[in-house]
Amino acid sequence: MRVVLAEDLFLLRDGLSRTLAEHGFEVAAAVETGPELLRALRELRPDVAVVDIRLPPTHTDEGLQAALTVRRERPALPVLVLSQYVEQLYAQELLADGHGAVGYLLKDRVTHTAQFVDAVRTVASGGTVMDPQVIARLMARSTARGTTADLSPRELDVLRLMAEGRSNAAVMAELHISESAVAKHTAAIFGKLRIDNTPDANRRVLAVLAYLKR
Amino acid sequence: MTDRQKRFRGPLVALVRCQLLSLASLVTSLRSLAVLGSLALLPVGAGLPLLPPAARMLRRGSDLERDRTARWTGTVIDAPEPLPTAPTVTGRGAAVLGSTAFWRDVAWCCFGPWSTGMLVSVPPTLVGYGLFGAVAQPFLWPYLGPGNWYAFIPVESTATAIAAAALGLGFVAAGLWLSVPALVRYGEWTGRLLGDPYAARLERRIGQLTDSRADALDTQAAELRRIERDLHDGAQARLVALGLTLDQADRLVDSDPTAARRLLGEVRASSERALQELRDLVHGILPPVLADRGLPDAVRSLALDAFLDVEVDAELPGRLPAAVEGAAYFAIAELLANAGKHSGGSTVRIRLRCADGLLRATVTDDGRGGADPARGSGLAGVRRRLAAFDGTLALVSPPGGPTTATLELPCASSSPKTSSSSVTA
Repeated sequence: MRVVLAEDLFLLRDGLSRTLAEHGFEVAAAVETGPELLRALRELRPDVAVVDIRLPPTHTDEGLQAALTVRRERPALPVLVLSQYVEQLYAQELLADGHGAVGYLLKDRVTHTAQFVDAVRTVASGGTVMDPQVIARLMARSTARGTTADLSPRELDVLRLMAEGRSNAAVMAELHISESAVAKHTAAIFGKLRIDNTPDANRRVLAVLAYLKR
Repeated sequence: MTDRQKRFRGPLVALVRCQLLSLASLVTSLRSLAVLGSLALLPVGAGLPLLPPAARMLRRGSDLERDRTARWTGTVIDAPEPLPTAPTVTGRGAAVLGSTAFWRDVAWCCFGPWSTGMLVSVPPTLVGYGLFGAVAQPFLWPYLGPGNWYAFIPVESTATAIAAAALGLGFVAAGLWLSVPALVRYGEWTGRLLGDPYAARLERRIGQLTDSRADALDTQAAELRRIERDLHDGAQARLVALGLTLDQADRLVDSDPTAARRLLGEVRASSERALQELRDLVHGILPPVLADRGLPDAVRSLALDAFLDVEVDAELPGRLPAAVEGAAYFAIAELLANAGKHSGGSTVRIRLRCADGLLRATVTDDGRGGADPARGSGLAGVRRRLAAFDGTLALVSPPGGPTTATLELPCASSSPKTSSSSVTA
């Protein structure tokens, strides 16, 4: 699987390149500025891009802008965005086209190598990965607005993990519950929130995120 | 000029105002008699006790004049220094004599009627005399007999009566045409007579600037202290603890690998908390989305985090100076938080516009209203922060709602770059 990596800090770029290589990814390019990223994404056509949001030369949201630009030309190009901060606005912009295949994680998460590599794989296969902080804020807002009032505490846990883009296996492991329990909770959540329970896991995550955003 | 003219809703309104102003200037000249009389009595000693009441009466007149001038001509004249007071009658009189604002009132009541008062009497006089020529002369001339003149026309036949009527219409037109410019000049001249001289205005402005600068420096110093304390008690302390735990883990790694692993888990958690604290701190200093995108997107980001429904309608020409963006952002964040906490409403509308060098932001909620602008240190803090930029905050909150907070900040766009999110990378 070919990856384009954009990160302006040498240490982090180097470390991420090695981590990805160790886990069987081919790092097609590791660039450090926005324009280089744009060129690499257009010319190398990678399977997935791992992008730091803040890049030279402007040190604003160059990375995000480059990713959004290329996704307009090549919809659903998988992009995992890393940032020191999570901003709901940026999460919404990544999700806005409805194609999925996006990820938005705090930079700290790369220190959990296994979870980070999982996230890259999920995004590359068309899935959606959102940082627990993004989801925690969406959940807090939904609770305050009463849109998830019908759910039991356990169902809220499952909803949160599902919105983060975790697989059923990850939900089982995190909550120490069986596969059938996960399926039962999922069905209950979709029933109570009146979301269409499609068999496609990626579309389900997008539907849950759209619900929480309301 | 065109802006002001619009306020007159036509020359007819201006004409009526001219007439009223010229009548008012008659009253002013009566007031001048009283004051000049008491001034004239000063040498014989009777003037000093008479002066303060005369000055107060004059001030009532000039206050009325300021009010009229602002409402009718659009020229706003700053309120003067209040008249000085003293415990004794003669002391009061002497204090009045030493007040520059009093002498400005005197100058106005002496010269005003003869300059501005005369000026505004011209259009109504023209119209009045014009109407006499156009409406009365054609019917009255047979009865007025020989020697009946209208201006320079001897009106003694139908032909001359028609000429007089035409001339009269000309006078009416001229009077109407002159009424608006006369009113504008009236405002300007009265402003010059009654307004503070340039030096006094500068002095007051310097006073305001000194105050707001001291406030701004205080706020800044307090902010720095807060940041220092947050770093000291937060991230710094955590990093020290982290080093200690690592040391412990290092010693245990051979003898008790399980315990060492547990400690490393703690280290990881602790480092994540330290990072989070640093993130929160940076967010409080300058929110990244504000630095990246500017005010509209930063406010949209606030809206996405808010528990209420928030509609954002922002149209700004480009990026604003960073300091203005920051002040406006934190003010709007505070107002939004207040709406969430106190209003009891469900929807907030935020509108951002920049016109005539002024950034105007309104935050309106559909809550129960009745908010007290004096209450809450949050609003006072917002006001202080805005004052450093000559900004203002106004709160309108009738019982039953809605509550509208309007903040205004002078702004000059620093770059022509658009503020929308579709900037090419």
